[in-house]
Amino acid sequence: MDSGSPHVDTSADPLSSGRDLMRIVIVGHVDHGKSTLIGRLFHDTGSLPEGRFESIQEMCQRRGVPFEWAFLMDAFQAERDQGITIDTSQIWFKTALRDYTIIDAPGHKEFLKNMITGAAQSDGALLVIDAEEGVQEQSRRHGYLLHLMGVRQVAVAINKMDAVGYAQEVFEKVEADYGAYLHSIGIEALHMIPVSAREGDNVAEKSKAMPWYKGPTVLEVLDNYVLPAPPVAQPLRLPVQDVYKFDKRRIIAGRIESGRIRVGDRVLFSPSNKTACVKTIEAWSARQDAVLPQEAGAGESVGITLDEQIFVERGELISEETQPPPETDVFCARLFWLGETPLTVGREYRLRIGPLEVGVSVQSIDRIIDTDDLSLKDGTQVVRNQVAEVVLRTRRIVALDEFGDNASTGRFVLVDGYDIAGGGIISMEGYADQRELITRRYTNIQRVPHAVSVEERIRRQGHEGGVLWFTGYSGAGKSTLAVQLERRLFDLGFQIYALDGDNVRHGLNANLSFSPEDRSENIRRVGEVAALFARAGILTVTAFISPYRSDRDRAREAAGKSFREVYIRADLETCAERDPKGLYRKAHAGEISDFTGVSAPYEEPQSPDLIIDTARHSVEECLDELVAYVEENFRLQKTIGDKTG
Amino acid sequence: MNRLDQLESRSIYIFREAFNRIDRLAMLWSLGKDSNVMIWLARKAFFGHVPFPVMHVDTGRKFPEMYEFRDQYTKEWGLDLLREECPPIEETDPDLPPAARSAARKTEGLRRALQVHGFNALFAGIRRDEQATRAKERVFSPRGEGGQWFFKDQPPEFWDQYKTDFPPGTHIRIHPLLHWTETDIWEYTRREMIPTISLYFARDGKRYRSLGDKDITFPVASNAATLNDIIAELNTTTVAERSGRAMDHEAEDAFERLRADGYM
Repeated sequence: MDSGSPHVDTSADPLSSGRDLMRIVIVGHVDHGKSTLIGRLFHDTGSLPEGRFESIQEMCQRRGVPFEWAFLMDAFQAERDQGITIDTSQIWFKTALRDYTIIDAPGHKEFLKNMITGAAQSDGALLVIDAEEGVQEQSRRHGYLLHLMGVRQVAVAINKMDAVGYAQEVFEKVEADYGAYLHSIGIEALHMIPVSAREGDNVAEKSKAMPWYKGPTVLEVLDNYVLPAPPVAQPLRLPVQDVYKFDKRRIIAGRIESGRIRVGDRVLFSPSNKTACVKTIEAWSARQDAVLPQEAGAGESVGITLDEQIFVERGELISEETQPPPETDVFCARLFWLGETPLTVGREYRLRIGPLEVGVSVQSIDRIIDTDDLSLKDGTQVVRNQVAEVVLRTRRIVALDEFGDNASTGRFVLVDGYDIAGGGIISMEGYADQRELITRRYTNIQRVPHAVSVEERIRRQGHEGGVLWFTGYSGAGKSTLAVQLERRLFDLGFQIYALDGDNVRHGLNANLSFSPEDRSENIRRVGEVAALFARAGILTVTAFISPYRSDRDRAREAAGKSFREVYIRADLETCAERDPKGLYRKAHAGEISDFTGVSAPYEEPQSPDLIIDTARHSVEECLDELVAYVEENFRLQKTIGDKTG
Repeated sequence: MNRLDQLESRSIYIFREAFNRIDRLAMLWSLGKDSNVMIWLARKAFFGHVPFPVMHVDTGRKFPEMYEFRDQYTKEWGLDLLREECPPIEETDPDLPPAARSAARKTEGLRRALQVHGFNALFAGIRRDEQATRAKERVFSPRGEGGQWFFKDQPPEFWDQYKTDFPPGTHIRIHPLLHWTETDIWEYTRREMIPTISLYFARDGKRYRSLGDKDITFPVASNAATLNDIIAELNTTTVAERSGRAMDHEAEDAFERLRADGYM
């Protein structure tokens, strides 16, 4: 019996161990020569296994075709027979500097999901463009998707220079065309290299045929890419992957996506908002002398135990208390769709961010982006291989990040049925961090019971208290209607008060701006005040744009059964035309930012209790309808009076 | 984190995803260098435990050193071992070339074992750098009822989001070592001091790069007698790892056909 230990000698060559590994994806339009470039790279660096060259020769002879480097990567019979790369493949080679994984991503449009699968694993990319054909549909699409997926190191090989007589003008034309495209989507290519993969020009060696080119070879460009380091300096993000009960310890397992964690740290779990201290960082080791680590950083898969037994589950996000992730149930996303069935407004999917999984619906498709010319269009569905900007609404509040703040907690996939049907990156632009709005700062508070009952108030006033929550665009008529309704209902004997947006901001909410967070806080306070009024037996009419559905839902929750959402509806054009306060003019002139309907979102009520259409009806007609509604819903009926009396 | 730390962390992540998302798991243990590393990584992922059975699909034609190794470490590592027999060669597809037929015994043995135990998923220690069709594999790779691989229509897999939702009856192969190379395996074996079968170390100028059945696996010329020697040899060799595996070389697509049919 023999085990490994006798074969270990301690004079290990330090150079052979721990060489860096960089993963490079090679993308481009079909037939632009990706596979040939890879084959050439391997051949010229002496990385081909013995007999591989000969076996490719043999395959080509059998098919009666000229020598074809693509056969190196195209492992499937169908790929070789049809000359198309179907699925992404990986192959290793090394330079003096480090090791490389080359990821070959299919160029064919039909296999975009496989291209994305390849690209998502890369640290850098090499885009290949045929000098003769120039920039093609997939050249642009792939560039766009690389950027969308967060691949930041990109170089371009302009291939088949031999087919255009190594002409400098041809190279410069493609260089200018593609450079302009990349620039428009926010990529600056590190290099553009004129290449003949077939002949080996500027791949591993400088080309003699193109003395006008002074830049680096493909190999030199790759060696110049920087290996991305795990983001240890960022705020801690540790998504809970699972919770184990092993050997009487309750271990919370997960991979640290950013930051560091130390024994003794107080950490926050989101969205449950529980906190606890890290008691141990667990690690299994076969060595007898092993001690448990005191800290761990980004990239490490760890297990931690806590100083108290709190219930947490998969999908929660661990952070420092001082730098928590935003919490929300709505966000914007830029996504690419891979599903056979188009993405449609109103449909439900499952959203995954790391180990988090939650139901999500598509609230709106704002723009569909044509990756070819970057033109934008409207649409009600996103079909396979399209990129779009959408608004997603989750079933419950979740903790996440903006992609710009944290790549791994800021990106997601959508699962449709059994399949991963799309992926995208998160933007919170225009949406508030709801953590602040749901955080209760003090917990030792108890309600004091009133000595006057709700029924007594109703009896004395002859009507129930309640909230008529007007929502709609600026200029839709909310304030006009609220003020006049106050007059009419007062005259009819109602205890009524109108809470107006501008008025409240003079006092109660004078310290709030118009940022998404402050707008939400504004509504939260108004919702609470209106609920208090309602409990006091007063009918309260509120006139606030209140653009976010979650804010209105929160106001409904505060007031309970007596809450009525009234959609004061007028289309944006009508409102802008009325422009009673001159705000639309200012917003269009760029003088006001975050203006609803112009530069900030408005989320229409899904099922309002009442819709008042001010574009189609006069103020009088609208008021009649409102008065009738109030009489019906809030006036104390004789029968009720008899019962309660 | 160095390269081995990164490889290890990713494998642990895969193990934990599988364990959380999929019921009725088992791990294939071929006793070779890769599957030993795989067991080691599972123990790291689950803090010393291997919380699922390990299955040895036995052709009955392994080297004696392999059987000894299995018996010793089953006990030492506290493994729940399932030993499954392969059917005789006569029960395999006669159209296959001879060595591939021998390999097909394993496929069939595996298929039968899956039916008996009702596992939904199997961990398998394959690597992308071993063979060109394996380079196209997914970490979570769905299979048909008979174990077939639909390699022309594989699920997208990005940002460590794996396909873990399946219609009932789907069988899944999970590959926690897909991103490792042969050199990585040996460097990790050295760093962690993972026990290894002696056949990998040179004797009389020969050693095994890859262990299969006695009759269809051949040693390569080598003087690498220690882990350091092996690592040094791999840094210079241009001999393919599976060159000693006869079944890969019988026809252009021999291995592809084997794999599509459910072979590892």
